[in-house]
Amino acid sequence: MARMKFLCDAERCIECNGCVTACKQENEVPWGVNRRRVVTINDGIVGAEKSISVACMHCSDAPCMAVCPVDCFYRTDDGVVLHDKDLCIGCGYCFYACPFGAPQFPQAGAFGLRGKMDKCTFCAGGPEPDRSEAEFQKYGRNRLSEGKLPACAEMCSTKALLGGDGDVIADIYRDRVLRRGKGSEVWGWGTAYGPGRPGAQPPQQPATKS
Amino acid sequence: MSRLLVVFVALFGLAACGEKEQVVVYKQGKYQGKPDGRSWDNEPLAYGNAKWTKGDRASWEAEIKARNDTQNENKRIGN
Repeated sequence: MARMKFLCDAERCIECNGCVTACKQENEVPWGVNRRRVVTINDGIVGAEKSISVACMHCSDAPCMAVCPVDCFYRTDDGVVLHDKDLCIGCGYCFYACPFGAPQFPQAGAFGLRGKMDKCTFCAGGPEPDRSEAEFQKYGRNRLSEGKLPACAEMCSTKALLGGDGDVIADIYRDRVLRRGKGSEVWGWGTAYGPGRPGAQPPQQPATKS
Repeated sequence: MSRLLVVFVALFGLAACGEKEQVVVYKQGKYQGKPDGRSWDNEPLAYGNAKWTKGDRASWEAEIKARNDTQNENKRIGN
């Protein structure tokens, strides 16, 4: 059973914003709404600069879904978290609950009125009939129904951003890390990708002098 | 009286603090009451390369997995 996830490889992301552009173009996302964005830490510091591409992570236990007062969220059989804009009241609770800042709100009018929430749909559309004009207008392209994967991941030039079945992309990432010989020391590695053999622990980080 | 008040607060005051199970239920074209179609219930695009049987989840997942593997450049170039 496919369970759709994103995974971004910070060793590969070059902050080109190709994923952001691909998302904007594919879904015709309005001005001021960024379903995906690239976050960079230690910007400009040689050797320490890292970037990752962030959007809705389609959480298995989604906080947005838990806090929504009108219960507009739902999860599909593929593990994609979607929402119904006809039910959304634009209250913003999901924005405060989301650890990734994924929910976006179009602003309009002199007083910055908050519109209905918009977020990454994993290119899976929404409640309107699949591939219909109404679905595209509200939620963007439904690529999954066309047998395709999200545009951002498929467009990524360095393949830093992987998107698809969680098991498959974890395999791709694990294979990559084993080839380059580092990455498994990252915190949480064992939890996310397995220890490799029963009882094995990820290698310890060498102590750094301050 | 005060004990009754405590019981009342505990019962009704905390009633909104519960959390519903986030389980996927697909019934009569709806996910938890929200209408949506399932990807494999669509025909493959007439002009696309994707091939699966309409309504067959396994064949759609096989198609998606094959497409997913193209994100692995080591596999793509046969390394």
